[in-house]
Amino acid sequence: MSWGSAGEFFAMGGYGLYVWGSYGLTAALIGFESWLALRRRQRALREALASVSASASASTGAPR
Amino acid sequence: MSGQRLRFFTFAAPSRFYSLSGSLLPWLWAAAALLAAVGLYIGFFVAPTDAQQGESYRIIFIHVPAAWMSMIVYLAMAAWAAIGWIFNARMASMLARALAPSGMVFTLIALATGSFWGKPAWGTWWVWDARLTSELILLFLYVGYIALVEAIDDVRRADHAGALLAIVGAVNVPVIYFSVRWWNTLHQGATITMSAAPKMQSTMLVAMLLLTFAFWAYAFAVVFVRARAIVLEREHDAEWVRGLALATRKST
Repeated sequence: MSWGSAGEFFAMGGYGLYVWGSYGLTAALIGFESWLALRRRQRALREALASVSASASASTGAPR
Repeated sequence: MSGQRLRFFTFAAPSRFYSLSGSLLPWLWAAAALLAAVGLYIGFFVAPTDAQQGESYRIIFIHVPAAWMSMIVYLAMAAWAAIGWIFNARMASMLARALAPSGMVFTLIALATGSFWGKPAWGTWWVWDARLTSELILLFLYVGYIALVEAIDDVRRADHAGALLAIVGAVNVPVIYFSVRWWNTLHQGATITMSAAPKMQSTMLVAMLLLTFAFWAYAFAVVFVRARAIVLEREHDAEWVRGLALATRKST
């Protein structure tokens, strides 16, 4: 353990901007990408459900 | 007979992928989070300060894994695109498309963290040296691939055009990897090679490898999620998707 205090930890020996900039940007990109991918799958599932409902109501009384 | 088999494969593969990836996903997310947590702990609280670079070296715990992933994901994307094209395998083409945005993100991370490392180490955010320039070309290849496949409405034509671009662009990957040997670059040589012992303290190496595995698990997870979305978008008329949608409606 090389950190005397929380302040020292965040300062990163004077390289705080570069170290936390790197990790912050990485976390932001990964979080954003995950959110987009999960949202896309949710939407795709919703649209599949909508198309099933639409074709189900269209085919009532007229079996294929 | 062979026509029957081909139909079975082309039809069944996406549904099997969908259920298999669905059961793997919770484990992949958990593995990514756990590996990242342990890797970051070792990287920040166990690994010592570097004698030459001070604390700024801690950027390499994500920089090097991201750079590796940017190349590996590209090769995987090109391989799946080629398989999809040659064997007319729909799932392979969908995987190629699902990989592209993740590869682009890893390339962005590699370039950005490299900049954050280069500023204190070299005194500049960017230089046009062989390693950096070829990695930037990789970013353009990902962007070009995504733009190309999204611009063509016909799905199969888009897959084929994208496959051609991905395969031709694959020549850039060995150029990136060997650039530090082939040319005089500002970028340092490989710290870890197949043929020699790593030139790095063991706790530093452990942190970097744990974050590499975390990135692998994350890449599988996010690519699976995206591939599942693509499967649903493309196969929404298939019987199994209709069944799945109905089951989802009942359960909610």
